[in-house]
Amino acid sequence: MISESSSFVKGVVLGGAFCMLVTLLGHIKVGHGTKAHHHEHHHIQAPNKEDVLNLSEGERMELSKSIRVYCIILVKPKDLGHWAAVKETWSKHCDKVEFYSSENVKVFESVALNTNDMWVMMRKAYKITYERYKDEFSWFFLAYPTTFAIIENLKYFLLKKDPSQPFYIGHTMKSGDLEYVDGEGGIVLSIESLRRFSRVLEDSDKCPEQGGMIWKLAEDKQLAICLKYTGVFAENAEDSEGKDVFNTKSVGALIKEAMSTHPQQVVDGCCSDMAITFSGLAPNHMHVMMYGVYRLRPYGHTYNDALVFLPPPGSDND
Amino acid sequence: MASSKSLMNLLTFTFGSAIGFFVCYLLFSIILEEQVKIQPHILHNDPHGQHSADTDNNQLQGQMNFNADSGQHKDENKNIAEGLYQKVKILCWVMTGPQNLEKKAKHVKATWAQRCNKILFMSSEENKDFPTVGLETKEGRDQLYWKTIKAFQYVYDHYFDDADWFMKADDDTYVILDNLRWLLSKYSPEQPIYFGRRFKPYVKQGYMSGGAGYVLSKEALKRFVAAFKMNKCSHSSSIEDLALGKCMEIINVEAGDSRDTSGRETFHPFVPEHHLIRGYLPKTFWYWNYNYYPAVEVSLGTYP
Repeated sequence: MISESSSFVKGVVLGGAFCMLVTLLGHIKVGHGTKAHHHEHHHIQAPNKEDVLNLSEGERMELSKSIRVYCIILVKPKDLGHWAAVKETWSKHCDKVEFYSSENVKVFESVALNTNDMWVMMRKAYKITYERYKDEFSWFFLAYPTTFAIIENLKYFLLKKDPSQPFYIGHTMKSGDLEYVDGEGGIVLSIESLRRFSRVLEDSDKCPEQGGMIWKLAEDKQLAICLKYTGVFAENAEDSEGKDVFNTKSVGALIKEAMSTHPQQVVDGCCSDMAITFSGLAPNHMHVMMYGVYRLRPYGHTYNDALVFLPPPGSDND
Repeated sequence: MASSKSLMNLLTFTFGSAIGFFVCYLLFSIILEEQVKIQPHILHNDPHGQHSADTDNNQLQGQMNFNADSGQHKDENKNIAEGLYQKVKILCWVMTGPQNLEKKAKHVKATWAQRCNKILFMSSEENKDFPTVGLETKEGRDQLYWKTIKAFQYVYDHYFDDADWFMKADDDTYVILDNLRWLLSKYSPEQPIYFGRRFKPYVKQGYMSGGAGYVLSKEALKRFVAAFKMNKCSHSSSIEDLALGKCMEIINVEAGDSRDTSGRETFHPFVPEHHLIRGYLPKTFWYWNYNYYPAVEVSLGTYP
């Protein structure tokens, strides 16, 4: 009995020691990972309003004209309702917008990519975009047709960021070790990131068309993996108070969440006043958003924005 | 014998190590989870931004506060709006009932109602906590007109001197008070007039849709309350807005034009989608025949 209990105790001690060893080893590995991460930015902020106001009138004019955004919307024929809504609403505020579709559709103009696979679509869309527009635009915004974007807020956010730096911005998520931008919230690439991506695309070891060994990885994760190889890391965009500006949910869903998590401060718990995207919107909701964001005004409230971004001339926007 | 004993030892040893490993694993996973929970908080807490500590300076327990003034409104100038707030005093009363306080009235209270100069919630029964005024009626669609009469009577008895204009809204209506003040600033509260979404059938000068909300001038309220004392208007009807409209005509209160300078309606009986999207409401829908003024359709392509 005694020898049995002693061997039992020895067993427990050994088991515990083994477990501790394994955990610590794993932790150090993770620790190294996070330490490496801390070298890069995790989150990135909008410019401070004071900084912008300190610029001269001339500088502000220059800034507001110089920043040009090219929008890529990935669509499929099944998204026709959303496609129409995006076409009629917020996409008009992009300096240029192009709809990249899986196949040709009679009703709307688009760039046909001849594939149904979202990752292949994304690769092709970015490749074509880089080849055609690398000298004309410095910022590239990719969205799905269920997303609503306020391009003026995007421009403000990007205002003082240097596009020759590798930026990859949006609503970030973590999947194991991988930090990636969630496609639902919209993906922003600077020209430098796009340049690096179009190069690594050709490398079938680092950035294959058929990513993920056992099952397919989502295209936004694949993008993150490829970009990581080129030294480009995902950054979460926030306003000056730390609130996300790219949202993967609709206003209604976010308010509902805020009502249960922050009932005393629904506004603080919900959304940024400078939000750039909302997602999961039905086509009708896009029209309501346009009305609420651009037309409905409470009389007697005036806003002194330091900058004005106008939609491109001839874009059928009054 | 010796071999079976050493076998027993081996088994207990293995069993013990399994237990040891498992317990240790549990402990570690709990500890690590705590760490993981802390991490996202740090990520969000930017050194530049400040996370407001959970302050409990709200007067109302369990109430939602939508108007917590966030620093993001620093470059908003509200001087004109604030001036109008002082100049055009509006008392709002919201038609509700005991079953809707949690579902609907609570949200009205947390949002637009705060912009009224005075806000009252009218229900069939009194609720001291919310608070609601008890009209001592029953609930139900057929009671709406009676509730309306009693509500306006209550307002007249208790708050007549506290406001210039008296707005009735449902608990599923959203009112933009700033824009209402802009409309009413052009009229005198001594004028016998009322505003809302004007419908044309049944009443010569038209009547105002109940769902879109309507607002009475001081003089209109005075005449309305007097009309019942003098039996000029009937007390019962199953159609609240129509009955009120008929009464207004009898007592010579004018049905006003609430449209904006481009001829577009400012009071809306349905949700924004129904009004914004062309073709959403079929052409055969009763609504199109009820509107007093011709519909001015703005093509959807022209957003600013």
